Amino acid sequence: MIEISGVSKAYGAGKARVMALNDVSVSIAQNEFFTLLGPSGCGKTTLLRVIAGFVDPTEGTVTMDDDNLLALPPHRRPVNTVFQNYALFPHLTVRQNIAFGLEMLGKPKAEITETVEEMMVLVQMDGMADRQTSQISGGQQQRVALARALAPKPKVLLLDEPLSALDFKLRKSMQIELKRLQTETGITFIFVTHDQEEALTMSDRIAVMHAGSIRQIGPPREIYDQPAERFVADFIGDTNFLPVKIITAQGSEAQVELGSGKRIAARVNKEHSDGDATTLAVRPEHARVVPEADGLMTGRLCNLVYFGTDTHYHVDLDDGIRFVVRVQNNTDMARSAAQGDRIGVTFPAGIGQVLRD
Amino acid sequence: MNDLARTRERRESRNRWLLLTPALVILIFAASGPLLITLVYSFLTAGDYGGIKWDFSTDAWFNVFFQRDIFDDTLSFADAHLSIFWRSVKLSLLTTLGAIVLGFPTAYFIATRPKHHRDFWMLLIMIPFWTNLLIRTFAVMELIRNEGTLNTLLMAISVIDAPLQILFSETAIIIGMLYVYLPLMVLPLYASMERLDFSLIEAGYDLYASRLAVLRRIILPLVKPGLIAGSILVFVPSLGAYVTPRVMGGGKQLMLGNLIELQFGQGRNWPLGAALSITLLAIVMVALLFYVRVAGRERGGHG
Repeated sequence: MIEISGVSKAYGAGKARVMALNDVSVSIAQNEFFTLLGPSGCGKTTLLRVIAGFVDPTEGTVTMDDDNLLALPPHRRPVNTVFQNYALFPHLTVRQNIAFGLEMLGKPKAEITETVEEMMVLVQMDGMADRQTSQISGGQQQRVALARALAPKPKVLLLDEPLSALDFKLRKSMQIELKRLQTETGITFIFVTHDQEEALTMSDRIAVMHAGSIRQIGPPREIYDQPAERFVADFIGDTNFLPVKIITAQGSEAQVELGSGKRIAARVNKEHSDGDATTLAVRPEHARVVPEADGLMTGRLCNLVYFGTDTHYHVDLDDGIRFVVRVQNNTDMARSAAQGDRIGVTFPAGIGQVLRD
Repeated sequence: MNDLARTRERRESRNRWLLLTPALVILIFAASGPLLITLVYSFLTAGDYGGIKWDFSTDAWFNVFFQRDIFDDTLSFADAHLSIFWRSVKLSLLTTLGAIVLGFPTAYFIATRPKHHRDFWMLLIMIPFWTNLLIRTFAVMELIRNEGTLNTLLMAISVIDAPLQILFSETAIIIGMLYVYLPLMVLPLYASMERLDFSLIEAGYDLYASRLAVLRRIILPLVKPGLIAGSILVFVPSLGAYVTPRVMGGGKQLMLGNLIELQFGQGRNWPLGAALSITLLAIVMVALLFYVRVAGRERGGHG
């Protein structure tokens, strides 16, 4: 539906030239909840503003249903934005804010009134139509901003970190709310966030961005379980990085040799030749703590951090690497090891992910 | 205990009044005092060689609006005064309008520059403001007089054959006042535009508003306080302007300020001058009340 191809945006010139976006290509499907995830300054907001029309890309094309979107000024694009600070018009009431887009489109009065009422119910703000935007809470402002952007029934809704100003509990409930709205309205959502949890819970697909380019695109589970490269593995969740050597690689399966000399099967995305030195990513919750004799790797338990639902074992492996194991607090083992003990660490075959260099 | 509290309260009250004294002195002697004297003078008789005689009379007020024919004693409106009133109000309104038309884009331009450039642009606006009024007025005169820069230039490129007579006209007065009072419009407008959240403008575009609609529906309502403040700041001094109409109007196109000066000078009619001054004040007050009412209703309408 939205086809972004080869989009670059450079600011400045010569040595001061900064690439905010570097050859970004992605296609977003109809009725998809698509998330752009990355740290601040990674270019995710710039990409959103390119789609909205507030930033002209230096290179590349953006089309929507085969129409060239870049040829249209922002006010002619069938796209609406929920801004980070909501950008509600302070001189208008809640009702006037929601009606603004419809009035600009020249819709008949009766239709505007009807749509506004419908939107107020949709975002559960009915009965507050005549309040001033300064008289309602942050969460309510958020809902009004959503209703205002949804009222003209855009083909695509752009959301620029809309939940970042809300407190933890409200953010949780708005996450569910947003997903509900997207399913109910059938509108494509493009959601920008730096919060990995937000991205994982709501999205159909996630694009992880770093330094102006997209590093990996995929469903939340794939992004989490099979990170393509070190940045993605590091940015999303906690990860242990182990230096390994490829023994044999075939398709998506590989045999790797750990620092301890033991061998184990792992997943691989890219072609690696035998003998390559590379990095293996292992999630802390996928690993287990075992007696020294049973370990894939061995080391000294240097720290035990208690988190209530689980305990983190910080293990200094014999080859000098710090390895973290997350254990749910339901086994006796959790209490039997003590700081300073020598223990073993293991993880199932096929769970580790070989990273792209 | 009770006595102590009372003594302390009395001392605090005395201190408060002591601290207020400088402000009160200024208010009484510099603001209300002269105004009161002017009001009193307007009800006295004119002295033969200027000054006043302490005889009560309403002649001055009568003469502000009416005149008695010297020969047949018929009563008619004081056409000269009324036309000067009208000209003052008209030229001040046109100056205010011109200041809005020129000042609005200027303020918008400055407010949209990067932060560290804005001071420089504001300085350019302020420099003329710090220059002597008379010198600035003469500078404008040099620009538009018959042998001045504008006419020489236009004739050199053969746009006109004979010089345009701009100087000593109402247009000249407007140009002069516009130049002098423009910063007073730009400053408050800039102040309210600088506070303007530009994401609101983006939100407007995003919601299908054209450029004109964004200006009319979003920018104008939000910078209205600055627009009103600027209009008052330009309109009020324009109405009482003295130097600019004197120099640019060449003494032919009188405004209220010149008329008042005339009564205290050659006219030797201090009571009439005083009455005209109070009339000017009244016009300003009515204009301000109108502004406040309009501004107040707008704000009331939006809660």
